[in-house]
Amino acid sequence: MPTVTLTIDGQQVTVPKGTTVLEAAWKAGSFVPTFCHDPELTKPGACRICVVEIKGARNLPASCVTAAAEGMIVETASPAVIDARKTILELMLDNHPEDCLTCHQAGDCKLQDYAYFYNVKPGAFGGECKNYEIEDDNLFIVRNMNKCILCGKCLRACEEKQGRAVIDFAYRGFRTKVATALDKPLADSVCVSCGTCVSVCPTGALTEKAMLGSARKWEVQKVRTTCPFCGVGCNFDLNVKGGKVIGVTSNAAAPANGRDLCVKGRFGTDYVHSPKRLTKPLIKKNGEFVESTWDEALDLVASKFGEIKTKFGSDSIAALSSARCTNEDNYVMQKFMRAVIGTNNVDHCART
Amino acid sequence: MSNLKEMRSGIEEQYKAKLNRPRIVVGLGTCGIAAGGRKVMKAIQDEVANRKLDVDVDFSSCIGMCFAEPVVEIALPGTPSVIYGGVYPDNVNKLIEGHLINKTPVTEMAEIQIAGEAKPYDGIPVMEKSGYYAKQVRSVTSRLGRTNPESIGDYIATGGYAALEKALAMDRQDIINEVKKSGLRGRGGGGFPTGNKWQFVHDAVGDKKYIVCNADEGDPGAFMDRSVLEGDPHAVLEGMMIAGYTIGANEGVIYCRAEYPLAIKRLNLAIEEAEKMGLMGDNILGSGFNFTVRIKAGAGAFVCGEETALLNSIEGQRGMPRVRPPFPAHKGLWQKPTCLNNVETFANIPFIIRNGGEWYAAMGTEKSKGSKVFCITGKINHTGLCEVPMGITLREIVEDIAGGIKDGKKFKAVQSGGPSGGCLPTEKLDLPVDYESLTAAGAIMGSGGLVFMDETTCMVDVAKFFLNFTQLESCGKCTPCREGTKRMLETLIRITEGAGVPEDIPKLERLATNIKASALCALGQTAPNPVLTTLKYFREEYEAHIMDRKCPAGACAALLNYTILADKCVGCGVCVKACPVQAISGEKKTAHVINSSTCIKCGACVPKCKFEAIVKA
Ligand SMILES: Cc1cc2nc3c(=O)[nH]c(=O)nc-3n(C[C@H](O)[C@H](O)[C@H](O)COP(=O)(O)O)c2cc1C
Ligand code: SF4
Ligand code: SF4
Ligand code: SF4
Ligand code: FES
Repeated sequence: MPTVTLTIDGQQVTVPKGTTVLEAAWKAGSFVPTFCHDPELTKPGACRICVVEIKGARNLPASCVTAAAEGMIVETASPAVIDARKTILELMLDNHPEDCLTCHQAGDCKLQDYAYFYNVKPGAFGGECKNYEIEDDNLFIVRNMNKCILCGKCLRACEEKQGRAVIDFAYRGFRTKVATALDKPLADSVCVSCGTCVSVCPTGALTEKAMLGSARKWEVQKVRTTCPFCGVGCNFDLNVKGGKVIGVTSNAAAPANGRDLCVKGRFGTDYVHSPKRLTKPLIKKNGEFVESTWDEALDLVASKFGEIKTKFGSDSIAALSSARCTNEDNYVMQKFMRAVIGTNNVDHCART
Repeated sequence: MSNLKEMRSGIEEQYKAKLNRPRIVVGLGTCGIAAGGRKVMKAIQDEVANRKLDVDVDFSSCIGMCFAEPVVEIALPGTPSVIYGGVYPDNVNKLIEGHLINKTPVTEMAEIQIAGEAKPYDGIPVMEKSGYYAKQVRSVTSRLGRTNPESIGDYIATGGYAALEKALAMDRQDIINEVKKSGLRGRGGGGFPTGNKWQFVHDAVGDKKYIVCNADEGDPGAFMDRSVLEGDPHAVLEGMMIAGYTIGANEGVIYCRAEYPLAIKRLNLAIEEAEKMGLMGDNILGSGFNFTVRIKAGAGAFVCGEETALLNSIEGQRGMPRVRPPFPAHKGLWQKPTCLNNVETFANIPFIIRNGGEWYAAMGTEKSKGSKVFCITGKINHTGLCEVPMGITLREIVEDIAGGIKDGKKFKAVQSGGPSGGCLPTEKLDLPVDYESLTAAGAIMGSGGLVFMDETTCMVDVAKFFLNFTQLESCGKCTPCREGTKRMLETLIRITEGAGVPEDIPKLERLATNIKASALCALGQTAPNPVLTTLKYFREEYEAHIMDRKCPAGACAALLNYTILADKCVGCGVCVKACPVQAISGEKKTAHVINSSTCIKCGACVPKCKFEAIVKA
């Protein structure tokens, strides 16, 4: 593979041709902040927080969209770069509510992290600050566009990962806003509530409704598990606080699904602690369901199957299983039918 | 039809015959029409019919003298043709009576005469020798106001499509070399050498390539491209076709703002006529080369003039700039190699191909060759369109072409390059107008807008005007431009309202530096220029607003104070009645006073006082 060698903050790095300056800088161990850059999405070079100084360049190029070139001399923390980044952060903060204290995202927010790192405070320029109604019409997602820094990750994720393109930039200039078609409520749009947009948002602009106010980010214990809803086998992180599941967040490292989940996996885990949930088998006796033990219940099922099999033969029993079960479940089901019941009457909802 | 030469002789005959007949030609560009040109045309036609005169009534486009619209030319064979200004239905009769019937030009209404071989009339400036056109050249604008833009015959008879014919017989690289030799640089604002751009697209590998013409023209006060499109649409098409043949494209798109309906209409007509004559479409002039052009009407966002936002817009996407590189020459429309040039750039091509690159390069300066069309507007006597050789000084433009500042006031500044440009002061009047000099002075050539300002203009207010424009037109994609221009505007508003603080100046400078350095596209990268140049050349005006709460030009209402001079006031009380907010009080026959906290600075009292006792300061 052809490579290029460049100097970043005085250090030589060799990277494959086509690598961005940003990736090369990270490889060289330099800190470069990013908002709009996402390795899984197209790169708009929009937020400009990742600017660096490149010898010979007219301005400060955005490192995330600049290809590393042979002999390039890059400074990632020169005074001009730091001042540009600070200005960008100041501009963002001046158009952002000052409520980190009660923000759900605090502790896991890039804006907060970089403001801390560069010691940038709100109020540098002052002026008008956007003031939109908080949108909580969707059952699962709260949109607070006052906290949006317009990085555009959500809309790119919706279009490029989900193929939905439900949201996009609307209006222009200072009035620019991420909105659905005609700026209608999300609930009235073609949004399928997959929450992929929530998973990529670097700020508190998009949050999971059910988790709001339930835990600070640093109190949450993340437990990696497989989604119980269907056979795709998506992995995600159960968010656990005090031994209770408070919600789900997705994780880029999940092998089958990355950060993508469907509405059920991401938002459907509230059943775990539901009081209505069945925790013991019930057997109908004299027209009434009566709580029982697993042993009694399974013995009953086995004896009924046995009766039918002796009376009418094995082929009088058939099993239909579901595509939403895991492969393992389906395997066990057909094995049981063939080896125990003794029939090939096995079918599946996805066969036709 | 495969041979233009055969057609040409017939067409030329017809055109000569047309010129050999008495003619009245009405200027029907958008400026002429807005000034009432159509009504004038109708009045002339009625008059000609009533009097049963043997004269043809024709129309043309804007000749450049927008200040004189509606403009009418009367041409009698063998005599100089005279262009009259300020022609209205009620003085049409006077012109016909005088010039047409009595054969005596109406000198007091005449702007200019085109004498040709004939002996010029006395008392009327001769075009190219005196008056508005003395310091101008007419190359790319040569047909404007002189031919009928809706007639392909007029175009062909005046040398049109000869360049295409010549190019189709040339080697592609030779065409590029000719364009390189001409030194032509992009007229859309960037000033990129056109020959080099064509070379890139020519060399780029692609199964399909496109030609795109940028007719978005969004700078406030700019109408060069509109004038060219309305006055010489075929020249733009011919330029695009030559480019298409050269770089290997069969399709062209003209992105024209929908606010230019007349330009779109004339372009569509030109396309239709060219197709009918086999000059566009399949197998053009039997050469085997195919080319079609379609028009995409833009919705008028300034940023859609930026080439990559324009391409997005053609593709049906939101008009937001793309990251460059890749440049359109490599990945343009639909990600295919695309040659994207400005209207005036393309319109220059046929002249260059016909006359040779050296002919074009003979005009202008070392690094800025040829001529440039400018729109001159603002506080000048002659608002209009002019074409000048590169290297002409700003002073020549304002004093000789623009006819000086209006109402005998003093020149204060000129804004060159629109909202991306800068304001230059009197000291810079002898600056030659070329890409390098303007950039070195902090302004830019831009697409050719020059706005002149007089002593009553407040430079902070001017900077505020342009910042208001750029911040509204920012596409919102990148942080520095979207948020930063808003903060700059807010600061400027504060200063002009008398609420500025000394730290505002360094804050403006810091914002400007960082927006310029980090914005994504040239809109943001240049948006601070009006502030930076006014701070550079007129810093004391900012300081006066901030420290003394005064607007030296007397333009910022919030900083004005109306006072009554006690020694002049006779206490008549007329001003009391004129004041809409009862801010003036005083006993009869004693000096009155204005309560400055109630006064809304409307100035209504000033003209009412017969004794000139009320002054603004
Ligand atoms: C904000 C902005 C607006 C622009 N508007 C125009 C325009 O209206 N017309 C134009 O020809 N070029 C415009 N340009 C320049 C184009 O991006 C591009 O450079 C030009 O059309 C290329 O053609 P040329 O090389 O023939 O000049 C604009 C650039 C920017 C950044
Ligand atoms: S929830 Fe899914 S479909 Fe809805 S806007 Fe977000 S990414 Fe798009
Ligand atoms: S909502 Fe979040 S992801 Fe979307 S643009 Fe705003 S900050 Fe970025
Ligand atoms: S500089 Fe302004 S116009 Fe250009 S991309 Fe950024 S926000 Fe859009
Ligand atoms: S991270 Fe590079 S421009 Fe946003």
